[in-house]
Amino acid sequence: MDQQIAVNIANVSKSFGSFQAVRNVKLQLKEGEFFSLLGPSGCGKSTLLRMIAGFEEPSEGTISIGGLPMAGIDANHRPTNMVFQSYAIFPHLNVEENIIFGLARSGLSRSEKRARAEDMLAKVGLEGLGRRGAHELSGGQRQRVALARALVLEPKVLLLDEPMSALDKKLREQMQMELRALQRSVGITFLMVTHDQNEAMTISDRCGVMFEGRLAQVATPHELYQKPNTKQVADFIGGMNFFDASIKANGGEKLEVELPRFGQLSMDAHGVSDGVGAAVTIGLRPERVHVGSNRPEGADVAVPARVIDRAFYGETIHYYLELEGRADPLVASVTNFERADHFEIGDSVWSGFRGGAAVALPPK
Amino acid sequence: MTLDKNARLGLLLATPTTLYVLLLIAAPVGMTIAYSFWTQEFVDVTRDFTWANYREVFTDPLYRTLIFRSVRIAAMVTLLTVLLAYPVAYHIALNVKKNKAMWLFLVTIPFWTSYLLRVFSWKLILAQNGVVNSALLWLGVIDTPIDTLLYNSEAVVVTLAHAWAPFAILPIFVSLEKIDRSYLEAAKDLGEGPVRSFLRVTLPLSIPGIIGASMIIFIPTVGDYVTPALVGGSDGAMVANMIQVQFGKANNWPLGAALALSAVVCVTGAACLLVLCLKLIERSLK
Repeated sequence: MDQQIAVNIANVSKSFGSFQAVRNVKLQLKEGEFFSLLGPSGCGKSTLLRMIAGFEEPSEGTISIGGLPMAGIDANHRPTNMVFQSYAIFPHLNVEENIIFGLARSGLSRSEKRARAEDMLAKVGLEGLGRRGAHELSGGQRQRVALARALVLEPKVLLLDEPMSALDKKLREQMQMELRALQRSVGITFLMVTHDQNEAMTISDRCGVMFEGRLAQVATPHELYQKPNTKQVADFIGGMNFFDASIKANGGEKLEVELPRFGQLSMDAHGVSDGVGAAVTIGLRPERVHVGSNRPEGADVAVPARVIDRAFYGETIHYYLELEGRADPLVASVTNFERADHFEIGDSVWSGFRGGAAVALPPK
Repeated sequence: MTLDKNARLGLLLATPTTLYVLLLIAAPVGMTIAYSFWTQEFVDVTRDFTWANYREVFTDPLYRTLIFRSVRIAAMVTLLTVLLAYPVAYHIALNVKKNKAMWLFLVTIPFWTSYLLRVFSWKLILAQNGVVNSALLWLGVIDTPIDTLLYNSEAVVVTLAHAWAPFAILPIFVSLEKIDRSYLEAAKDLGEGPVRSFLRVTLPLSIPGIIGASMIIFIPTVGDYVTPALVGGSDGAMVANMIQVQFGKANNWPLGAALALSAVVCVTGAACLLVLCLKLIERSLK
């Protein structure tokens, strides 16, 4: 069964003077999904969010929510609610008054409103804190109040603008899981803007990556990581080693490439349609690089290398490998298994990988 | 007694101010209190303790009228000034995007001329052959000049409201400027239009500025005597004019001192009442 479309963004552009913040974005958010807009700061993701909320009008294109075009409809009349980056908890009101702020014209009685506030407080894990003043809340509590205040209005879409950026790492990880659980329990479409790729990958059903106002790729976190569309996306999502290669044969499905030093390799074409002799960029995730004292078994290609640096992350160890004839070090991420081989700086090792582990990246 | 370095530095920094306050504020106030309990005998003051001065202040209807009128005029000035200053402060804080400093600079321009000159210019504006009457005559709105514009309490209110405007604009501006824009966006996002956003978020968050402005205007205005002396006439005379008379022409310092201290007590009471009212308004806006 096809899911309903909650938000339809059709060819939307936004300019501020001569600066184009958003360029011709097409995107559909499905009913009940958790979608993240991911990108470096200044890529236009927040502007897109603000256009959906109604704080900015698109210069071109249309935004529809639940099938209704939103052009000319002010933020206060849109079926969207927002969790602001600063949370914007009204300082002169207590928690409960903050939560029922938006219910002022709902026609509900005072006791009904309070019951809804109680209900929301329980959902976000703040039972009994309704009387707390806004200034008595911790960062995590402020975020929960902001969520409750927005969700109590049962919006068609909940917009979250960098909701975790004010929290410390530990709390952020906890809130990410809670946010995910909350989204599943209320079943409302969540659209989150973030520059943190880990955050986007952990909690989203789908992500959209934006660069310079353009939507570069929309995919599930898994697909985004394994099959990035462009070098830019590959570079932004996780670590990636890049190789300049040339095409030896292109069978449409399969691609034969020649990698300097490593030799010939067969891999998925992944949309690369260039013919024989064309240059192509090959991406390889650090954890797909095999490192061993001997030539790694199962690797399609392998060359000798030398460890020039090492970074210990606990569950993984990153080796920076110097390869003859290659300027950038090859980064290899090795899981810190019980019986994993450990190497020291200066050790001579072998590095290799399988063709299936590499991804061919179209030249933009 | 030994003091650490910080404590000594603190003492050093606080000493000039402390001396200044003791010499120029505490001492005169102490003397005023002393005088208010001394006895006036013809042209001399004897140091005999008496309640007579206070009795006179509270029983003579003239003094009571003057104190009440002063408080009433000051309250009206405060109300009018805050009402007129709020939109200006709001505009500079929330609508002006660049050159805020220039706007604030423009607000201070009236201070470039002396207070006295500004009061005199209101005389020119409100006089029988002044600007207002000439304009109305020329426009044909009236046939004969209105002679009730000047020398009454309304003239005092108008003049003082003009004089105090910058003092009201600045604190209100500061409190509005401090309001995080995301609060206003949040109010809009939660379904409120501009008017109700203002009443539910902007106004309550600017109450501290309004309280500040009200105190800055109300307290000195009660004691103002230049403006009522120049544009108030007998109908607009305030308690400070009477205090001046007691210390001057009437040469009754003890009565003047008692009058001054009674006025201080009344002003304090009225100021507390004013703050209480504003706090109640703030609560009712929730």
